[in-house]
Amino acid sequence: MTQALDTPRTDAAAPTAPDAPGGGVPLAPATPLWAGLAAVYRAQLSRTRVSRVPLLFVAVFQSVGIMILMRGVVDTGSDSAREAVVAGSSVLVVAFVALNLLAQHFGALRAANALDYYMTLPVRPAAVVLGMAAAYASFTLPGTVATAVIGALMFQLPLANLWALLLVVPLSGAALAGVGAVCGLLAPRQELATLLGQLGMSAALLLGIIPVDRMPWIIELGRDLLPSSYGVDAFIATYGTPDWTAFAANLAVCAGVGVAMLTVATWAFRRSARN
Amino acid sequence: MAMLGAAFTKGGGAAAPEPGAARGPADSCYRVAGLTKTYRTGRRTARTTVHANVDIDLDIRRGEIFGLLGPNGAGKSTLVRQLTGLLRPDAGSVDLLGYDVVRRPDVAPRLVAYLGQEAGALDELTVALAIETTARLRALSPEAARAARSAVVAELGLTDLAERPLKRLSGGQRRLACVATALVGDRPVLVLDEPTTGMDPVARRAVWAAIDRRRAEHGTTVLLVTHNVIEAETVLDRVAVLDEGRVIACDTPGGLKAAVGDEVRLELVWRGEPPLDDPAVARLARDAVRIGRRWTTRMDPATARELLAAVTSGPAFAVLDDFTLSTPSLEDAYLALGGRHEGLVKG
Repeated sequence: MTQALDTPRTDAAAPTAPDAPGGGVPLAPATPLWAGLAAVYRAQLSRTRVSRVPLLFVAVFQSVGIMILMRGVVDTGSDSAREAVVAGSSVLVVAFVALNLLAQHFGALRAANALDYYMTLPVRPAAVVLGMAAAYASFTLPGTVATAVIGALMFQLPLANLWALLLVVPLSGAALAGVGAVCGLLAPRQELATLLGQLGMSAALLLGIIPVDRMPWIIELGRDLLPSSYGVDAFIATYGTPDWTAFAANLAVCAGVGVAMLTVATWAFRRSARN
Repeated sequence: MAMLGAAFTKGGGAAAPEPGAARGPADSCYRVAGLTKTYRTGRRTARTTVHANVDIDLDIRRGEIFGLLGPNGAGKSTLVRQLTGLLRPDAGSVDLLGYDVVRRPDVAPRLVAYLGQEAGALDELTVALAIETTARLRALSPEAARAARSAVVAELGLTDLAERPLKRLSGGQRRLACVATALVGDRPVLVLDEPTTGMDPVARRAVWAAIDRRRAEHGTTVLLVTHNVIEAETVLDRVAVLDEGRVIACDTPGGLKAAVGDEVRLELVWRGEPPLDDPAVARLARDAVRIGRRWTTRMDPATARELLAAVTSGPAFAVLDDFTLSTPSLEDAYLALGGRHEGLVKG
């Protein structure tokens, strides 16, 4: 079914609509993309006060725990091994929240018919999906930074290029939130949405923190298919002598996957809300 | 009946009419014809087809409070989900103020405020933010959204709850906050699916006062889904009675009750086993709908008085806990019209 994307857009501040009347009643204005996105983002961010803070602690503890575990396993004399563990653990926070929790959230909204709320407001599905994805990606920033700092101290890595996380988190966040949203919106049942989110996070965990040079080729292929790997590689590129070309290239992949997955998620949102 | 819709005039806008616009009579809000929706449930061998709505025709006038009354599972929610563009009908047409909702479901959110049964999307927000966000998503500017939020919070008496998350409120309070989200942004049509469920009388009065004000000032049309007969009798201008997916009657509450004729309702509640050898009790036992210890019958007033006198003066009185003799309600009308389900709520 066709839906709102082709409807005329008007200024958010307009009190009444200039649209064509139907028997004397004009249509109220549709909400512009950015206004809708901002409203959804703000509302989602406010939820941190209620339930997200404990989950962020879980995300950080999980990542720090994995780093402690890996310290006893990997060769701490190898730069690439240490970098892979810290970068993988940091991006794992993004995967936990943006992929796993967003998949669960969309699954729960669908199961409760709660998407009706958005579908009966004149807001574009893209604004809802992007607003939620952006909020979930934002939740991850403090946890990712905390993990990266703790990891750098544990594994004697430099802290100088930590600013790179300001790009790595939003872009890998967009890609992973996109995957999470698609899982949550397309899974036929809520339990499957949860399962897919968990599987995605487990994959990000296993494939993200193991150094690439130790992987069999087939596992490496799996790693290449996982969007979080490009976030990990972008972050690894900032260690030692930074390779900014690799940094930019990896982030470009994240951005591309983000655009593609969020587009699919927008389509899935419209589809799931109307059946 | 209030017919505020007469205040609307045709051709008030500048742009050309959209396809499908301005076909209906000027006083129609919703014109529904032949609406049919079928679901399939279950898996493979256990698969069954459910006729949620069958060939529904409705004409809801502008400015009226129109009710959909029926027990759970009668197809009320499925019907309003089609009227609000959430669900595509299998067949039939929905004309909303001149716009074809089946072909362009995106116009419904720009004309209708819908209050569904679920508040899941807002559960973790504070009352104030839930209302303000909804206003923003109805394209109000940030300032206008804040002003509208403050106004509706005061109007519905939500001031003390404004900073609390919805999920920490009682059922009735949460429902009141959800009604506030439906009222914000002044839509010409309100579609409210059981809006007052769980509310105390103070909150109910606040809701109906707020709706009445919008009707008086803006000619707002209200489509109310309810299974509460007392509320339906009190607030509705007209009501369509749904049973098993079909509209079995559509009239004013008074008109529907007239269908029951001049019969009265006699209710008896027993505290023990009633003596069935008593002729009056035996006659009641034959006619009554028995739910637990409560017997309900409809009959002409003279017979009712006679049977009641016999019961209250004979041996049956010893085990009689309570009795009421009342004029018919919409529930009686529903049953008299052929409604096959219990499940309407009184009070």
